[in-house]
Amino acid sequence: MIVVVIIVIYLALLLVLGGLSSRRFRNTSDDFFLASRSIGPFLLVMSLFGTTMTAFALVGSTGKAYEQGIGVYGLMASWSGLIHSAVFFLVGIKLWALGKRYGYVTQTQYFRDRFGNEMLGRLLFPILVALVVPYLLIGLMAAGVTVEKVTAKTEAFGPDGVPGWITAGVICLVVYTYVFFGGLRAAAWANAFQTIVFLVVGLIAFFLIADSLGGVEAATAKAEPTRLIREGSISRLHFTSYLFIPLSVGMFPHLFQHWLTARSARTFKAPVVLHPVLIMLVWVPCILIGVWATGALGTSKPPNAILGIMVGRLQDPYISGLVTAGILAAIMSSLDSQFLCLGTMFSQDVIFRMKGSDQLTDSQKLFRARLFVGGVILCTYLLSLVTTKSIFDLAVWCFSGFAGLFPLVLASLYWKRTTAAGAIASICTTAAVWLILFLQSPGKETLILGMMPVVFIVLASTVSLIVVSLGTKPVDSQRLQRFFPMKDESK
Amino acid sequence: MGSKGWILLVGILLAILHQDFWLWDDGSVLFGFLPIGLGYHAAYSIVVALYWWWVVRAVWPADSETSDDEAAP
Repeated sequence: MIVVVIIVIYLALLLVLGGLSSRRFRNTSDDFFLASRSIGPFLLVMSLFGTTMTAFALVGSTGKAYEQGIGVYGLMASWSGLIHSAVFFLVGIKLWALGKRYGYVTQTQYFRDRFGNEMLGRLLFPILVALVVPYLLIGLMAAGVTVEKVTAKTEAFGPDGVPGWITAGVICLVVYTYVFFGGLRAAAWANAFQTIVFLVVGLIAFFLIADSLGGVEAATAKAEPTRLIREGSISRLHFTSYLFIPLSVGMFPHLFQHWLTARSARTFKAPVVLHPVLIMLVWVPCILIGVWATGALGTSKPPNAILGIMVGRLQDPYISGLVTAGILAAIMSSLDSQFLCLGTMFSQDVIFRMKGSDQLTDSQKLFRARLFVGGVILCTYLLSLVTTKSIFDLAVWCFSGFAGLFPLVLASLYWKRTTAAGAIASICTTAAVWLILFLQSPGKETLILGMMPVVFIVLASTVSLIVVSLGTKPVDSQRLQRFFPMKDESK
Repeated sequence: MGSKGWILLVGILLAILHQDFWLWDDGSVLFGFLPIGLGYHAAYSIVVALYWWWVVRAVWPADSETSDDEAAP
């Protein structure tokens, strides 16, 4: 019972923080969607990091390390340190500058304007939405399974613990409440707070779990030896091919929205430098806990449940409650931005376009945006009740789709010869190849010629973009001039 | 070679160093608890952060700062 009380206190604290941030809310749609483009370096570091560290990073990484060992860190975390920062540097700053200059709020608006093509927007919108939804699902699933395992076999909740659907529902309500009142500003504040919570609590959990296993040395000594190496669990080609997965951040709609909140280009310096270290601080403990679990639990437990089981084994309910709150913090720090971005996309790219943005007052825009965020949350919650896939594998498929769209955003910023037809070909190819490979996958991680499917998705997307662009009429020079001013050429 | 050339070269070198195939079946443990394959990649993350610190100091895009000025009230 104490565990649940601590979680409830934490959620109440979050609502108070949301209330405080809403005092700064300017009651305009611009503040709701982009915090009036006023976010400074500290909040940007925390919100970008908190948004990219999802259930996948904590619950998924622990479960995958339990199955495959220490190599999981190299697959995702150390590649992400290099690639995410590169994407922030090469793509994020440029998109921020263009967004500020031309007033974009969503990716669709940018691509439509960059290529002067309506169809591009209509095509991209449903694909982005379809790829964000599974990403949301893993958050709700992870929250449900973690609280379920932590509270299982307790006097208050019986052998099964708090059902996952209750936790997922409560989390949806809490996130919706603070996003409703404060928009992206509240999400940024909540992200910063939650990122600090899960970093601190994660480290505390790491040492307490180690202590419960007889210390760090004993925990490693008892672990399954095959999990301490990569031979036999991850091939070299498989390892290298993961390079393409972190490219997905370049096309995450929720990250695009966070980039646009930056006060200035200089605000990006801190996230670019600190992101790899922050990833390390979260992932190393999670990987070790997953590896240690093989010694403590055997090797036949469900991977999604590993972190919850290990936290549940801590004897002190106060500590278990605190650690569970920290895990929920990591999950919610992504959910809020993802919910908000889908609501923003529906409002901006569908409703405002159909009705005409000029036809709506600012309070009408705000009302519709809030309504859509609520609708998205409800749909995702209902879907989470029927999804059973592995958190890690579901997330990797979702990242693969976004990574397939990365050549498009990169080319749109750096290659003048990219055309609307090339962009459409790239999007269609990504969707088709992704769908074929996903439908053929047996459920577990799929490899093609020893490599991740993402390699083939990105290659096919790149080739179609280049070939079709070169074979079609270039974008008119007047439009190009807006995106590639002369001063860029002289450098 | 200018700063951009060096940065590109070191970036490629870092991508190559990520492939620590020589540690693939090395089960040694650092400090009594940290498997060497994990320790290597944790250290790699710190080196990558230092690399990005160098990048933002050496080749910060000047045109992005111009956008700041344009946007100033």
